[in-house]
Amino acid sequence: MTVLAMSLEAEVMAALATVIDPELDEPITDLGFVRSVHIDDVGVSVHLRLPTSFCSPNFAYLMASDAQDALRFVEGVGRIKVLLDDHHDSDKINSGLAAEAGYVGTFGQEADDSLDELRLTFQRKAHTAAMERCVAAVLKDTDLAVEDAHRLLLGHLPGGGHKDALLRRRADIGLGIGPEEPVLVDETGAPIPAEAVPMRLRFAKAVRISIEGNSHFCRGLLATRYSDSEAGDMSTRITNTRFARRAS
Amino acid sequence: MYEKAGEKYYVVDSHVALWDARESNLKNVHGKQFIDCFYDYHKNLSPEEVVWDYDTYTYYGSDRFMKDLFEDGYVDHAIFQPALLMDFYKNGFGQTEEAFGLAKSNPDLLTYNHAYDPRHEEAGLEQLRRDAERMSLKGVKLYTAEWYGDSRGYKLDDKWSRRYLEECIELGIKNIHVHKGPTIRPLDRDAFDVADVDHVATDYLDLNFIVEHVGLPRLEDFCWIATQESNVYGGLAVAMPFIHTRPRYFAQIIGELLYWIGEDKILFSSDYALWTPKWLIERFVDFQIPADLTEYAPITTDQKKKILGLNAAALYDLDVPNELRLPTDAGDADVEVAAGAKEAVLS
Repeated sequence: MTVLAMSLEAEVMAALATVIDPELDEPITDLGFVRSVHIDDVGVSVHLRLPTSFCSPNFAYLMASDAQDALRFVEGVGRIKVLLDDHHDSDKINSGLAAEAGYVGTFGQEADDSLDELRLTFQRKAHTAAMERCVAAVLKDTDLAVEDAHRLLLGHLPGGGHKDALLRRRADIGLGIGPEEPVLVDETGAPIPAEAVPMRLRFAKAVRISIEGNSHFCRGLLATRYSDSEAGDMSTRITNTRFARRAS
Repeated sequence: MYEKAGEKYYVVDSHVALWDARESNLKNVHGKQFIDCFYDYHKNLSPEEVVWDYDTYTYYGSDRFMKDLFEDGYVDHAIFQPALLMDFYKNGFGQTEEAFGLAKSNPDLLTYNHAYDPRHEEAGLEQLRRDAERMSLKGVKLYTAEWYGDSRGYKLDDKWSRRYLEECIELGIKNIHVHKGPTIRPLDRDAFDVADVDHVATDYLDLNFIVEHVGLPRLEDFCWIATQESNVYGGLAVAMPFIHTRPRYFAQIIGELLYWIGEDKILFSSDYALWTPKWLIERFVDFQIPADLTEYAPITTDQKKKILGLNAAALYDLDVPNELRLPTDAGDADVEVAAGAKEAVLS
């Protein structure tokens, strides 16, 4: 077996790709939120950016601290610096991250306990949307009637992106992913009774539309916000002086 | 009034502002960040030919305001919904006295809603009583993410907020426009969550709660609570311009709203000067839900008439000329509920 060595840049980007914007349910690397990655002899500095100065500070902190955590898994990366640019709470969040102060330490009296529940709320929404995508596709592509949708099992779903996404979202909120598990479940994993399925699907659809719409909006705003300064290019600027020096 | 293909539409722009975000009025960097954020919204979602330059955007004055709405913009009546932002701007963001003066000189064209902040507690209540009398208030605009000292937001079901809502009932202020923003205390929770609207709507049935930007970015949460409460309405501020940039998404929003909250509870607005009303009204009258979105019924001319003006006219007792009227149920809590609402309540 050959082991392909990944470059440090690629490892850093792969780590950042595990960080999800909870509201949009997409990786921050796809959304253009990673403005730059700079690797030098000491470590890595990552600058994050958001669509507006007034994006919710709790989600902003969550993504920045998740990025910091994800980078810790990159072997040999060295000192980690994550900085949030151009946000109304940039100073507060950046000092909190540098001091590894945690959520409560960063926000002080504005924070009660933790952001765990906030994260869970949005993981549940993401699950609901992923479930609707899978079921809607089956209802469209097969003869299955909505009256029988409650019988649908994970094993019945065709393989592919929608199913993979659903399994990941289920795992995130602690639901089983075996082929015998029912597809239509509530947030605790309890099957949805046949008579409640149409309404539940209808609401799930509203959740999906909401998440997708927000994603379009945020991408558009980010592109508008940075159109002058970064030539309209929302890709990440990656520089690495560590390897350059070693090679010379 | 807007006329197209033999149909006449009475237009109420239910969310407009007269703001001053010029450098001279900025208190700190957040004032600049706030108007820059608005300007990005404006630039990102407007057709190119109606994009303003930045300086005009920071302050446009009352002449431009009157022209954009009433000369060029087909608007029959508009409602001021000021945002105060006293921690960001020296003289506040919304120019309340100027707007009030303009409404006083043009009562047929303009209604002035004021804003309050329940964190001013007893002193603010006293002020509200004076303002209600001087300004003959029918409505107020509440921005729950307003910064005030150490606090960067509040909930509608907080103790003092409830006191203010009770005072509104006493004072005959019946329309409560709610604008959710990104900060709240504690930050542990989702600031855009509308559960607090749900609580107060249940408790104060004498009040109408108009949730601005139809709860976006939490459209689904808004739709759900609106099915449970007969006195919750959706304002289309911020949602309207998607008609240009994301017409399919706009169709989905309208489709969802018609299903969940129904045609009598949706209110048009341009959110001026975030956007200008002329092109929004023209596009909306021409708008149809794409045929391949088979889950939604086509939107009818009557529904458009209600959304564009008749629903807001009912909430504000505006005198709509007879030829522009339709039977409308806005403001009447006993109306036939939307399909989604009926099922949601039964489920």
